Amino acid sequence: MARSATVTARDTKSIATTRARTRPATRPSRAAAKIGPGATPDAAVDAASATANSQRLIEFYRLMLLIRRFEERAGRSYTSALIGGYLHLNLGEEAFIAGTAGGMEPTDYLFTNYREHGFALARGASPGRVMAELYGRTDGLSKGWGGSMHMFDLNHRLMGGYGIVGGQLPLATGAALAIAYRGGHEAVVATMGDGTTNIGAFHESLNLAALWDLPVVFVVDNNELGMGTSVERSSAQPDLHKRAASYKMESARVDGLDPLAVFEATRHALGRARAGHPFLLEAMTVRLKGHSVVDPASYRSKGESAKARSRDPLARVSRRLLELGAANEEQLTAWESQADDAAAAADKFARASPLPPVDSLFDHTYATPVANQSRRLPGDPLFPVPPRPLRTLPVGSLPTAGTASAVVP
Amino acid sequence: MTEPAAVRDAAGQVTMTYREALRTTLGEELRRDPNVFLIGEEIGLFEGSYKITQGLLKEFGPRRVRDTPIAEEGFTGAAVGAAMLGLRPVVELMTINFSLLALDQIVNHAAKIYGMFGGQVSVPMVIRTPGGGGQQLGATHSQNVELYYAFVPGLKVVAPATPAAARGLLLAAIRDDDPVLFLENLSLYNSKGEVDLAALPMEIGRAQVVRPGRHLTVIAYSRMVTVALEAARHLAASEGADLEVVDLRSLRPLDRDTFVDSVRRTHAAVVLEDDWLTYGVGAEIAATIGEGAFDYLDAPVRRVAMAEVPMPYSKPLETAALPQMADVVRAIRETLDATGFSYSRSVSHD
Repeated sequence: MARSATVTARDTKSIATTRARTRPATRPSRAAAKIGPGATPDAAVDAASATANSQRLIEFYRLMLLIRRFEERAGRSYTSALIGGYLHLNLGEEAFIAGTAGGMEPTDYLFTNYREHGFALARGASPGRVMAELYGRTDGLSKGWGGSMHMFDLNHRLMGGYGIVGGQLPLATGAALAIAYRGGHEAVVATMGDGTTNIGAFHESLNLAALWDLPVVFVVDNNELGMGTSVERSSAQPDLHKRAASYKMESARVDGLDPLAVFEATRHALGRARAGHPFLLEAMTVRLKGHSVVDPASYRSKGESAKARSRDPLARVSRRLLELGAANEEQLTAWESQADDAAAAADKFARASPLPPVDSLFDHTYATPVANQSRRLPGDPLFPVPPRPLRTLPVGSLPTAGTASAVVP
Repeated sequence: MTEPAAVRDAAGQVTMTYREALRTTLGEELRRDPNVFLIGEEIGLFEGSYKITQGLLKEFGPRRVRDTPIAEEGFTGAAVGAAMLGLRPVVELMTINFSLLALDQIVNHAAKIYGMFGGQVSVPMVIRTPGGGGQQLGATHSQNVELYYAFVPGLKVVAPATPAAARGLLLAAIRDDDPVLFLENLSLYNSKGEVDLAALPMEIGRAQVVRPGRHLTVIAYSRMVTVALEAARHLAASEGADLEVVDLRSLRPLDRDTFVDSVRRTHAAVVLEDDWLTYGVGAEIAATIGEGAFDYLDAPVRRVAMAEVPMPYSKPLETAALPQMADVVRAIRETLDATGFSYSRSVSHD
């Protein structure tokens, strides 16, 4: 069973870029599973590894459930107008998120886009704080300043969801540059949607990362739709991982519905990145609903929508757990209700959290206090206004020196 | 480009060019703080398109002086990311025209990250870039678009006019925890001035009265400060007009009090700017004076700015489009006229 947990790349040849040929990629070694020196019988290794994978799959599944229930609840609050702005949900991408975040070390940095609630949860942010951000509350992950698209949690090295497509990629490249500059062992993961691979920042970032041997993994979450535009309608090379070839960068495509496959692929890519070989990983995922909560996805045919639903990663993983004997129906039900409870608790926490006071409006414009920073509210005058119009003042009270011309009788 | 060695006088002041002030300050900061590094096109091996970074690669090596491909969005954004992890990048954008390629990273990212994430991480970076005009570089290489950045809360924008201010503000910008757009000017690089190498960083957000006067306030920044001072000398000699000159130094935050206080004393103002008139920096200055010194004005506020055309290449057209000394003097004279200024009376200082 362990074998099925390796990278199930649809196109395994994709790793064979020029660099990979000269410096073969090191796979996560099965020897890593050995306990103590000397040979362990293969069967025992497989059994130990299978147990470890089952354990991991359970953890991933429970995280996936949490993301699913959290997102469903957020969607309901949004349609009840309790949450403002846009709301892009991770429905269908839970396996991808669990595997990607699971493959990272706690010291690694994650830069992601505006569809990132799941990543915040997967990095370890408290669901209550993520929900509080959606509600615009002081306990929100970004203190109510960011909203759905701009979650940030320095403690968990979630370096931001970014609302501008591709904006996170130069930043991630720069974070990797800082790591290399200091000689650290951390690495950076930058996730993006498939549509992002068409923007200039993608290409500039990959070029810089490859040119400077930076410890960064670029991960494409390919749900085959950029808003309503399919990959085929937007990308001349729809096999997105192949775009790495332009930068002599190693790359791979992985089944994004299989959390263990994504986990292994991420671990592998991060290993390469830490060795100075940035990596482009493409995960094939599915978007179960519209681009955002208000999008009915009318550009999809009924058949396409049905196909998307049939690829629901939660159903796949729960089935797999049952097949493996790693879980029974009772456990699955229990985990589901625990995820429900966690999402409900997050919602309760968010509603109870205070809204930010208006007098905090100017607290976050500058990190270094600066002279003459504007702290005016709309309608405020630039300069103090006299308490009453001058023309109504009695003649004897008119100001004199320097303001004589101000007098309007 | 070689220059005469800096000369130190008895008072510890050193005469140097604007370029030398920038270069020595960069070197000083690289030496002082290991987190400071330079990044940009042609700053290392080529030693800078305008030789600001001459000799720095040799002294500090490629880790601290990083050449980049022609990818303004990529490397400016990379500097933002590096700053988020605590480094202090100093980006050189070859000219401010090319900053438009990095607009998204500067405006949507550098300026937003501190506020948008609730103050969890700051972006301590400097973007050095020269404005220009008057060098027959045509429409895409002769713009002064500092206004685009001065418009954006979260950014700080400084515009030194002298070698001393270049040093003082660069020190401040590098040590500041926020993104600072540091506006230079091609025509200032060879200008000379006194620099005190022991002086502390200048305060960002403060304007300076660089010439006190009684009859009219000229408000300017960057290159136009030198034009203002020259016009003031000329009009003092020829008309007996005593002009006050305010150097804004900082476009964001804008020190409104300093120039409004000045106008309240002189009762007249002319604003000089190298950008376009409509919606330009001068419009903000004039609106501020309108609100803060309406009752003190003896004449409408005038602005002298670039003609509103894509900058032509051909010399007579380019000269006509750019604010010249004669244009400045005319605007000041007409404003003085409108105040009822008595030239002869002024010559005798009453």
